[in-house]
Amino acid sequence: MLASAWLIPVLPFLAFWLIVFFGRRLPGEGAYVAIGAMVVDALWSMAILGQALGGRTYEANVVWAVMGGRSVQIGYQIDPLTAVMLNVVTIVGSLIFIYSIGYMHGDPRYPRFFAYMSLFAASMLTLVLANNLLLLYVGWEGVGLCSYLLIGFWFERPAAARASMKAFVTTRVGDLFMFIGILLIFLTVGSLGFPAIFEAVEGGALAGAPLTLAALLLFGGAVGKSAQIPLHVWLPDAMEGPTPVSALIHAATMVAAGVYLVARSYLLFFASPDHGALTVVAYVGGLTALMAATIGVVQTDIKRVMAYSTISQLGYMMMGLGVLGYTAGIFHLMTHAFFKALLFLAAGSVIHAMHTNEMPEMGGLARVMPRTYWTMVIGALALSGIPPFAGFWSKDEILLEAFHHDRVLFWIGLAGAFITAFYVFRMIFVTFSGRLRSAAAHPHESPAVMTVPLMVLAGFSALIGFVGAPWWGNPFHHFVSFEAAEGAAFDPTLALLSTVVGLAGIFTAAAVYYWRWIPSASLRAAAGPLYTLLVRKYYWDEFYQWAVVRPLLWIARRLRIFDIYVIDGAVNAVGMIFVGLTRLYRIFDLYVVDGAVNLVGWVTKTLGAVLRYGQTGAPQNYLLAIALGVILLVIGGIIR
Amino acid sequence: MTVGLTHYLVTSSLLFCLGLFGVLTRRNAVAILMGIELMLNAGNINLIAFNRYVAPGAVSGQIFALVIITLAACEAAVGLALVMAAYRSLETIHVDEINLMKW
Amino acid sequence: MGELAAFVILSAVILVPAVIVVTSRNIVRSALSLVPTFLGVTGLYVMLHAEFVAGIQVLIYAGAITVLILFVIMLTEGGSGTMVRQVTGQVPLGAMAATWLAFLILVTLSRTQWPVAAGPPPQYSVQGIGTAFLTNYVLIFEVTSLVLLISLVGAIVIARREE
Repeated sequence: MLASAWLIPVLPFLAFWLIVFFGRRLPGEGAYVAIGAMVVDALWSMAILGQALGGRTYEANVVWAVMGGRSVQIGYQIDPLTAVMLNVVTIVGSLIFIYSIGYMHGDPRYPRFFAYMSLFAASMLTLVLANNLLLLYVGWEGVGLCSYLLIGFWFERPAAARASMKAFVTTRVGDLFMFIGILLIFLTVGSLGFPAIFEAVEGGALAGAPLTLAALLLFGGAVGKSAQIPLHVWLPDAMEGPTPVSALIHAATMVAAGVYLVARSYLLFFASPDHGALTVVAYVGGLTALMAATIGVVQTDIKRVMAYSTISQLGYMMMGLGVLGYTAGIFHLMTHAFFKALLFLAAGSVIHAMHTNEMPEMGGLARVMPRTYWTMVIGALALSGIPPFAGFWSKDEILLEAFHHDRVLFWIGLAGAFITAFYVFRMIFVTFSGRLRSAAAHPHESPAVMTVPLMVLAGFSALIGFVGAPWWGNPFHHFVSFEAAEGAAFDPTLALLSTVVGLAGIFTAAAVYYWRWIPSASLRAAAGPLYTLLVRKYYWDEFYQWAVVRPLLWIARRLRIFDIYVIDGAVNAVGMIFVGLTRLYRIFDLYVVDGAVNLVGWVTKTLGAVLRYGQTGAPQNYLLAIALGVILLVIGGIIR
Repeated sequence: MTVGLTHYLVTSSLLFCLGLFGVLTRRNAVAILMGIELMLNAGNINLIAFNRYVAPGAVSGQIFALVIITLAACEAAVGLALVMAAYRSLETIHVDEINLMKW
Repeated sequence: MGELAAFVILSAVILVPAVIVVTSRNIVRSALSLVPTFLGVTGLYVMLHAEFVAGIQVLIYAGAITVLILFVIMLTEGGSGTMVRQVTGQVPLGAMAATWLAFLILVTLSRTQWPVAAGPPPQYSVQGIGTAFLTNYVLIFEVTSLVLLISLVGAIVIARREE
């Protein structure tokens, strides 16, 4: 079971190849193959979880390459963190795959979708199973590639093509830092396996400034992949991709890879002097959480609201890890995967029915799409941190840790919680209550293949939080924990405070959007410049356009001129030289070579014409010639 | 002074060269044949002279000379028959006028 | 002494008519000049103690061949007269070739040491020739007779008038 766990990523990888080659001829045009692989992996992951709960762990290595004196090994491990991640990825993944049968129905590139999704699943599973930075980086790059492919799945749309490029390039910046960090670690420690690295840290071989630097460089990769400030700009644009993609990759799994990386290499962050690296992580996470939440308030595209929500919640996870809340961060990752996937899929259901993403055109959908409505409400409650739903337990634990370690971050987190509840219920009220604002739409409930996964995810969102509940000793904390980061004890006062803040947010949203006591238009007018700032997303995109994109294009144009005139010029010059040489050669060929050949012919002809006269036909002439010849020979003989 | 081998050889060589001159320079076919006869005779003189002076006990030189005489007769007969046949059809026996196949 | 005188006279008899043979404008004169040449050669043969060969020489050459030549001259236009040019254009070159050849042969002769065997002149030897023809040289004899037959038949076939 554990010994052959390396096959877990192989199954979706095989599914990818099968769908690529056989596509439409496979059952369900490839969908069933992909789903089959994921479901098998989900069952397997649950079995592994069972074994891990029993305390079993596993590790295996194999030599990949030998360079110089060093051998590079890859391998995988099963420990509590990996078991949790495996289950999250495979269970959420299976549900989203099933949902996609309905959502992507009729798309001309239907098999290709499932191929890409399978490849993504394989890469993500490789990433979480890896026990060394190299294999992790392989999975890291793989998910980045699949993200690019899937965001730009409808590449005929220019916005989608641009968004996929933006995602790839932005995460690439993060990947660059991460790679430098990996190299730094390799140079210092001599190996990339986690056990070896942790040994080096504990032994002091990797310590002090180099350790902090390596940790922060790795965090750079996480910043890119998990859309933290300043590399968050790609995630909202990534919503151009199909909704299942947004749900799986940009809510539940890939963006969580950054959080996973920090958690996996937690010792590096923990051991940096004065927890310096962890402080950076926490503040980056906290600021991201607050900033993204504020932008989410003014979005009109239903998926963009969710995108900024994801950025914000990832910030919470980072903040949780940063304030020594190792368990809290991972717990929130798990719960967030379920309720954010639910919210995205439900949004997809709405989009599928309304054929638009814009909330101003929606309204009154609760009556028409009850199942979508109720599951989405459950997801929203979980996101807002209302007990007993899952989000409450995990978010509360983060706030608890923040309260004990860094009061500033606690207040930031609390403010963010208020805004989170506000924007998510703004979305719910605008979309589902009131009257349908668009005259042309004919919404109807989505088919069962889409609503059943919604209901399953809603069940998870409601219940999964209890594994971290305090009254039976917080089993999750005992399962996934970091020895030195002792969790704080449950504080009911704090729990009550966060609940009240959440309810306040919901109440405010209802006041503006449900009961209409304060019209949203007047709020907009009152906020004025603040509103503009939020709509413009704090001008991040404009800043990057000015600071990065324009200089690069300027350089590119200069280089293009160089390329055309210097390089092409050189190549053309070589070509011209050869053409000239060819002309010379032609002359040579014409006059010298042909001349020689013609000369031979002319000589033969002339010689023949001359010698012809010797053939007179008269034997007397021949006899004379013979006589003269004899004379010459005799003279020759005499002279000798 | 006795007559030695060399004298005979001188005579025969002169006779041979005269015959050669006749073959090379005469237009009449019969005259050419006459030159050929002179050359053959010169050869015979050589043979008999050598027989007498170099190998007096042998008769091979004389045998050879007899055979040559016989063959010369044959050749003259056939050659003159050809000349007559040629004259009958070509109306001439001057060899430089017999040039039907000349280019 | 007498032998030398005989030799010189015979050589003159051979060579002078030979000159006439090759240079005369009158073809008949050329043909008739063959006779003294052949007879001179006969004399030389007699001096060389080859009597049988001398006899055959007279019979065949001076007798048959000369007559044959004259007959053919008569039957063709050869005897039409002296107005016709008798020599080809090769005279200068031919003369040169002949003289040069003669010169060279003489030079070569004078330089060569002939293995002269100083032996007594042999006896009258017709018997020896006859025996040789039928023993050592029988093959030549038979082939020569065959050639005679062929040339006999051939000459008749070639020369006869087509009917």
